[in-house]
Amino acid sequence: MSLLTFPAPPDDATFPALRAEVRAFLSETLGPGYPAAERARSWNGHDPDFSRKLGQRGWLGMTLPRAYGGHGRSAIERYVVIEELLAAGAPVAAHWIADRQSAPLILHHGTEDQRRTILPRIAAGECYFCIGMSEPDSGSDLAAVRTRALPEPGGFRVNGTKLWTTYAHKAHYMILFCRTDRSDDRHGGTSQLLVDLTTPGISIRPILDIAGEHHFNEVAFDNVFLPETAVLGALGQGWTQVMGELAFERSGPDRFLSSFALVNELLRVLGTAPDLAARRAVGRLSAHLMVLRQMSQSVAGMLSRGENPALQATIVKDLGTTLEQQIPEIARSLIEAEPIPGSADPFAATLARTLLAAPSFSLRGGTREILRGIIARGLGLR
Amino acid sequence: MSDLVADTGRRLFGAHAEALRAAAPPQADATAPFPAALWADIEAAGLPLALLSEDQGGFGLDAAEALQLVQIAAAHAAPVPLAETMLANWLLAAAGLDPAEGPAAVVSGLTLAGGRVTGKAPRVPWGRDAAVVVALAGDRLMRLTTGWQVDESHNIAAEPRDTLTFDTPADTQAAAPVSADTLHALMAMLRAQALAGALDAALNRTVAYANERMQFGRAIGKFQAIQQSLAVMATEVAAARAGAGMAAAALPLARSDARAFTMAAAAAKLRAGEAAGIAAGIAHQVHGAIGFTAEYPLHPLTRRLWAWRDECGSESQWAGILGDLACTLGPRGFWPFLTGTEAA
Repeated sequence: MSLLTFPAPPDDATFPALRAEVRAFLSETLGPGYPAAERARSWNGHDPDFSRKLGQRGWLGMTLPRAYGGHGRSAIERYVVIEELLAAGAPVAAHWIADRQSAPLILHHGTEDQRRTILPRIAAGECYFCIGMSEPDSGSDLAAVRTRALPEPGGFRVNGTKLWTTYAHKAHYMILFCRTDRSDDRHGGTSQLLVDLTTPGISIRPILDIAGEHHFNEVAFDNVFLPETAVLGALGQGWTQVMGELAFERSGPDRFLSSFALVNELLRVLGTAPDLAARRAVGRLSAHLMVLRQMSQSVAGMLSRGENPALQATIVKDLGTTLEQQIPEIARSLIEAEPIPGSADPFAATLARTLLAAPSFSLRGGTREILRGIIARGLGLR
Repeated sequence: MSDLVADTGRRLFGAHAEALRAAAPPQADATAPFPAALWADIEAAGLPLALLSEDQGGFGLDAAEALQLVQIAAAHAAPVPLAETMLANWLLAAAGLDPAEGPAAVVSGLTLAGGRVTGKAPRVPWGRDAAVVVALAGDRLMRLTTGWQVDESHNIAAEPRDTLTFDTPADTQAAAPVSADTLHALMAMLRAQALAGALDAALNRTVAYANERMQFGRAIGKFQAIQQSLAVMATEVAAARAGAGMAAAALPLARSDARAFTMAAAAAKLRAGEAAGIAAGIAHQVHGAIGFTAEYPLHPLTRRLWAWRDECGSESQWAGILGDLACTLGPRGFWPFLTGTEAA
């Protein structure tokens, strides 16, 4: 059963020199006193200055060809860099979606003009993207999208609403998944469009999460005109393209390191010789992290070789988000402390931030139930 | 080359599957007679030498490729000490001693004094059938062919787990290539391979059953509740297999960086052991009553999963060992440890 096979990661996925460079950069840029509760924002911390600095170091668009401002490096090298950024809880949200999935999508499906205008700016850390998939009546059932871009002379007229659009209010572009003909064929008749978010008729309304933070938005399209050149890839091929995009979205270490700031806080508070139950709990966490890293690196290796590890990526995300959600439960079972948002006690503040973020781990990027349905299909059950 | 060896293993164990099933005892506390015909084929194919280089008389495989054989034997629930004999030969070759002729056992914790080796080794796989015992006493490795008493016992899967009591001259010995702690980790790494193989076989059998068994007018595998359970089982099996692969690939480190190997083996054994409990539970739940019968060939896999997860260090034991290290390293050293980039 090949979907359960995770080939060994490429030899020497360690890249000690590259890791050391990234660590030195992080300790200089964030400073040693960067608070644990800030690190616990994981990939939700938004800081364009930080993103530009990463771009200057050549750590964005790493796998893009040099002709498009990229650095022609392997998926494993990119893996090393993003893993270090996530482990440190660096504020990567500004460029995260652009670097993770929009750039590969534009590289594979975009026109030469789209590649040349956008990819170098993504690699520079200056151009940010949001995802245009979910809608009010289309969450897990992505094929039920109703936003429609109807062809008219010179372009399209777009009407509809996108929802849960992370950092739309700070992004330059959305890759909009929508219907582009009048049929209601669920998978056919869909396309992806490259939307400049300054286009007239687009309104972005904030939605606060359970912690009161603003990263979600509702993005409404009211008779928005998009030029023909906005089409990304082939008209009518939206479903296939969006499934490819999800393989990039699901496979990385962002699916098991979201709670890592709390792991470090836990280790700090436990000290070097806690009781046996605590040592065992930490040991179990270590084993799970070691195996997940192995699996995630294996997926990066498959991406490097141009294979399609969509099912393996799905498995990594399901296992990884399960662990991410266990971490606050494990931490609170070992340490007597209440979760207190904004507390001066870093453990209490980090536990609070992680707890309030944790429900999203198994929702964003495909719910646990949808992922398990995909795995069941891979097993030949559907 | 690697596919060739794995294919040989699959063919070989597949050819004996019927006979193995017929010889399996129905009672949990009875063991089957040693499958001599199967073992003869295993030796004829050279499988006990699979971890050796070509210079040493092996196939020159990567460790991970060679250890596929342990997974394949486990997937067939083959009651033979192949893993133990492969390890025995790896140790003997590393120590410059001759390979085992016949099935072998590996033991540690014995005492060597005045040229005699004494002591007791509990729960030795197929101790009663061992032609050669590779014994670790302090920093010496011995190759023994006689001089032990056997007290028979078994595990929950009816595999022989015997106590061997030694009092014999240690004529053939050399400097030990690994410490007793590393040997324990090597055995855990082998059990992780076996767990991965049995888990994969249990998943295949359970998925096949879910696609065949009709209830309410359709295959039970069409129900979402069953699909979600089997998906969980699949993720556990995938993790166990990935961990086993990680530890297998780390085998060469056992002699150069024992701590790194031990931690990889610890993670693999712990993860596979955790997967074993979850997966065995789901396999039985999906199978319903038929899977609970002596007749139906699920229990040769699930009983092994339950036996092996507690052998060579349970999840708790390895969690303690990994946790000691992680806590000692603390927040500054933990990530460098995970990424293999600690400052020397």
